[in-house]
Amino acid sequence: MYLAAASVVQGVVQQIVSGLATGGIYASLALALVLIYRAMEALNFAQGEMAMFSTFIAWTLITQLHVNYYLAFAATIAIAIVGGVVIERVIIRPVEHAPPLTVVLVTLGLFFAVNGLAGKIWQYVIKAFPGPPGFPQSAVSVGGVSLGIQDLFLILVTIILLTILYAFFRFTKLGLAMRSAALYPETSRLLGVRTGWMLALGWGLAAGVGAVSGMLIAPIEFLDPNLMQPVLLYAFASAILGGIENPAGAVAGGFIVGVLLALIGTYVPGARDLRLAFGLVIIVAVLLLRPGGLFGRVHLARV
Amino acid sequence: MALLELTDVHAAYGSIKALHGISLKVNDGSIVALLGANGAGKTTTLRAVSGTVKKTSGNVLFDGQMINARSPEDVARMGIAHVPEGRGTLAQLTVWENLRMGAYIRRDGNGVKQDFERVVSYFPWIGQRREQVAVTLSGGEQQMLAIARALMLRPRVMLLDEPSLGLAPLIVRDIYRIIQAINREQQTTILLVEQNARTALNTADHAYVIEAGQIAVEGSGDELARNESIRKSYLGY
Repeated sequence: MYLAAASVVQGVVQQIVSGLATGGIYASLALALVLIYRAMEALNFAQGEMAMFSTFIAWTLITQLHVNYYLAFAATIAIAIVGGVVIERVIIRPVEHAPPLTVVLVTLGLFFAVNGLAGKIWQYVIKAFPGPPGFPQSAVSVGGVSLGIQDLFLILVTIILLTILYAFFRFTKLGLAMRSAALYPETSRLLGVRTGWMLALGWGLAAGVGAVSGMLIAPIEFLDPNLMQPVLLYAFASAILGGIENPAGAVAGGFIVGVLLALIGTYVPGARDLRLAFGLVIIVAVLLLRPGGLFGRVHLARV
Repeated sequence: MALLELTDVHAAYGSIKALHGISLKVNDGSIVALLGANGAGKTTTLRAVSGTVKKTSGNVLFDGQMINARSPEDVARMGIAHVPEGRGTLAQLTVWENLRMGAYIRRDGNGVKQDFERVVSYFPWIGQRREQVAVTLSGGEQQMLAIARALMLRPRVMLLDEPSLGLAPLIVRDIYRIIQAINREQQTTILLVEQNARTALNTADHAYVIEAGQIAVEGSGDELARNESIRKSYLGY
């Protein structure tokens, strides 16, 4: 009886850790969504597809061109940042001052365009994406709890990513200017800030963060052009749960959603296949009960 | 010599015309006040200079250069600091971050440090409250922070939109004392908009009264302050 209870606790802890690992992926993509939402009050529906495309670039680098995994990881982030800047300057800029709904529709168009382009280049056949060298697909036992080494890698990468972003926005002049431009575009322009470029850079950073989430989920889920669609839904749920204008909230939301999904998938019979629906339930429930999210404030519409 | 000169400037918000041919001169090193009733076009005149309203015709000359078509960020980079209506406080940023944003275009780290010390000498409270989030400051403090932020740009011209708005008389007196000190000590040229005509005329070297988007009267601060009929018909005191 005692042993059974202990193994239940171990099982739950195991699921929480694995939930935190996938939650980090949702947190990253949610953060990408928030970065753009804060600057334009519009959700970027193409965020996941941009991440998928970046992941294919990483796949090409690693498996076709035999670039070192970690080098390819870094190179992909750099390529994604440049790609994000270019997408903003070319596709989003013409609608920069249009109502948010217009922007959302453009990102929806971008969603299909990027998905189609990836299908054209890499085909709709699933591909195995390598895991990180040095982190085998085995588990270590800590106090009777078995932890996946790759889960620990995911958590480690997420922590590094969040720390870098925090330091960038908190301590660098460029990060400060990006925050200022997103929150106070008019005053920022009076101070000499080129807010259009700050927005482009925001798209670049969001694309870079998204690329990380894609490269982290790909070894778990297999790579194909539809890789990121469920992740995007969970990222939406995370961002809305945490407060769509609150970066720290979105990150917390990502971890909460990850853990909830892991627990429900394991302990609710038959629920594994209903995880997408559960993501939707979170979105609807938060919007109905607490529209500002757990850590956000209700946003009054400006008229 | 005129550092800033507007010639027959027309401006509009969409289809609504706000300025109907404003001409004025701001001499290098002077303080010039724009007076007039609510909605007369004072704020729009400042915005025509900083490029935040669309000019439909006319010229804006700064230091001999035409700046009609410049974007607000380019105007700022040329050395014109605009403290907008409502102060433009970067509300969720700290006092220190507001000042760092003021110095955004500067590349001279040492000069920025000196200017920060200069700002603290004008506004001693800023020194102790660098980490305070700006939204929690009082109205007077936010106005001072906005002026301090503009100083960090090391501007040649400062455009101040109603620095006295909503503030207690003692604080208004403080702020005007500092505006005068900045003008004298930094040789910063100042173009300010005021509804509080009496205070502005005490400070300004020259003043313009705007009515319905046009200059109605102009003169030195003393002239306008002494002329009873102008005071009564335009300035309401």
